[in-house]
Amino acid sequence: MTTQPAKSEAVGGIGRRLAGHRLLWPALILLALLLGNLAFHHDFFSVRVRDGHLYGSLIDILQFGAPLTLVALGMTLVIATRGIDLSVGSTVAIAGALACGHISTAAHPGSVATMLTAVALALGVALVLGLANGFLVSGLGVQPIVATLILMVAGRGVAQLITGGQIVTVTSAPYKMIGGGYWLTFPFAVLLATALVAFTGFVTRRSALGMLIESVGGNPSASRLVGIRAGGLLALVYVFSALCAAVAGLMISSNVSSADGNNAGLWIELDAILAVVVGGTALTGGRFSLGGTVLGALIIQTLSTTVYSLGVPPETTLVFKAFVVIVVCLVQSPVFRAKVLRRRRTTTPRSHTTAGTAPQQQEVRA
Amino acid sequence: MSTGTASAAAGLTRPFATVSPRTRTRIPLIVTAVLLLVMFGVGSVRYEGFLSAQVVLNLLIDNGFLLVVAVGATFVILTGGIDLSVGSMVALSTTLTAWLVESHGWPLAAVIPLVLLVGAASGTLMGWIIHTFEIQPFIVTLAGMFLARGLCYTISTESITISDPTTAGIAQTRLYGPGGLFVSIPVVIALAVLVTAFVVLHHTRFGRNVYALGGNESSARLMGLPVGSTKIAVYAVSGLCSALGGVLLTFYMLSGYALHAMGMELDAIAATVIGGTLLTGGSGFVLGTALGVLVLGMIQTVVNFQGTLSSWWTRIVIGALLLVFIVLQRLMSGRRPAAD
Repeated sequence: MTTQPAKSEAVGGIGRRLAGHRLLWPALILLALLLGNLAFHHDFFSVRVRDGHLYGSLIDILQFGAPLTLVALGMTLVIATRGIDLSVGSTVAIAGALACGHISTAAHPGSVATMLTAVALALGVALVLGLANGFLVSGLGVQPIVATLILMVAGRGVAQLITGGQIVTVTSAPYKMIGGGYWLTFPFAVLLATALVAFTGFVTRRSALGMLIESVGGNPSASRLVGIRAGGLLALVYVFSALCAAVAGLMISSNVSSADGNNAGLWIELDAILAVVVGGTALTGGRFSLGGTVLGALIIQTLSTTVYSLGVPPETTLVFKAFVVIVVCLVQSPVFRAKVLRRRRTTTPRSHTTAGTAPQQQEVRA
Repeated sequence: MSTGTASAAAGLTRPFATVSPRTRTRIPLIVTAVLLLVMFGVGSVRYEGFLSAQVVLNLLIDNGFLLVVAVGATFVILTGGIDLSVGSMVALSTTLTAWLVESHGWPLAAVIPLVLLVGAASGTLMGWIIHTFEIQPFIVTLAGMFLARGLCYTISTESITISDPTTAGIAQTRLYGPGGLFVSIPVVIALAVLVTAFVVLHHTRFGRNVYALGGNESSARLMGLPVGSTKIAVYAVSGLCSALGGVLLTFYMLSGYALHAMGMELDAIAATVIGGTLLTGGSGFVLGTALGVLVLGMIQTVVNFQGTLSSWWTRIVIGALLLVFIVLQRLMSGRRPAAD
């Protein structure tokens, strides 16, 4: 991370507009990570076509990053309302458990109809879970972190209850398609995630929905005074988050053709929050960037891949993540900016002050 | 008690509004105590060998470390903050203790102060970041959680079993009381921590500051209370308590492992909430937290005694209880806008 400031100055010469773009930092971090990988593995960027499928490290990052992207997508909207959804990991586990449980007991495990029923079942239950979260937050006014904590605690138990504490293995070609299949040479999971991100971007940015969500998060009382019904919006974002998590759960369980109530989606809520924060969506709500979230999710996934390919114990990724969280949060913190930038202003006046970048960020919102 | 009349107007919309605030804050505590007694009563009727004082003492033996951790969490939650790093700090403490004692042959008497120091220092650091840069406590402690868990793995990716005679000796010592009842040394330490926390919270200036900070931070600042140092101090206390909890867990498990205490932060928060501490801060009792820990332990015991129930029922029941108590909290505190 210490090499980052030097890079930004080099890029800053291209144009102030680009330098102030909120996606600049995540994009630079991702680029740095990818280039770092290239230094260790010279064929890191090579993508081959084998058996009509795309293969390569970059494709792997996209494919394994798809579930995380989806979870982070739902999380972005929740965080934009100044909330948080800790229950996504449990929802991932429940969705996978339900779908695999249904397929394994079905008469025709390999048929498309069974797969569709399983998916519908998982999504339906996720809808109920999301509604429960939404009701606690908007109906009862419980703090989001606490409301979703309940499902986070109980959800893993429920997932294990569904699987009976076993790892449920399924053999179903249509189900395998969701997370491990290929369509038009691309991994289906990547296409699905891209479609969902594009759909969400379209709905939130081409209608007033995104702005309403941001206003509820930015200033709840002011948005109430202008007549926005926060209750429905809040419930909506939690339902959306649960649905995204359920699709991610289907992908994860389909990719490995099994459901593990204990470990599926473990810590994914933390990765998702991390992805959202790295992508430039502030935890204080009121602003969100779907593009940033996608970049953030890819950064996290690349980080994990890097650690694996370097041969360091994979668990030490947690240490890297910890530093990333802290650095990103410090950079986002107005107090930190004020303190650091005030010191810097004596040497380079009027370059990157908080007051100067804030209107620009509003302007170039993705 | 006389302040109870002020809220009588909204009696219809708030079911507990006619009760005086002082009593109202104690309702969860009473519910928890009744719940504990009912569970013990039902357990005694249904299962053979349940009705004994040793079962109660075993609750303490099996949950002493959780009690210490939950006491630390209570301090933080009372100020309206949250500490998600406690579980990882416990794991780090077990790993560090086991590593230093086993692989480096350090004496236990030197390791324990060092581990406690590490816990307190990391808590202080997190508190300092939270206060100085005004970052939400949950994201800072989340980073702490990652960091501590990651450090465990950098120390050792495998479980380190402790064969050091001193540690094993302390772990296996049974302190016998009347009638052949016994407790372990960690239980005594945990109870000492509980009593200390009670005295600190209810009978010292620092304790009053903690409640004032949780009640209303700006008011506390305007009153001239040391908001910053109090905030940093509660995270330091939480770090210290989780380190101590980790040491106790090391005695209990006789091993250090990065996967110890998975999800303990949730258990600690659940115990605190079930014990009647408001998550918005400013109201609660540390003795209630002890009751909360006992309830969690009792659920585990009942599930064990039942035999046919699988272990995941514990999680489901804890989640359901958490739900009930949080809804209860909302009904009691009326409709305050959800402060984040």
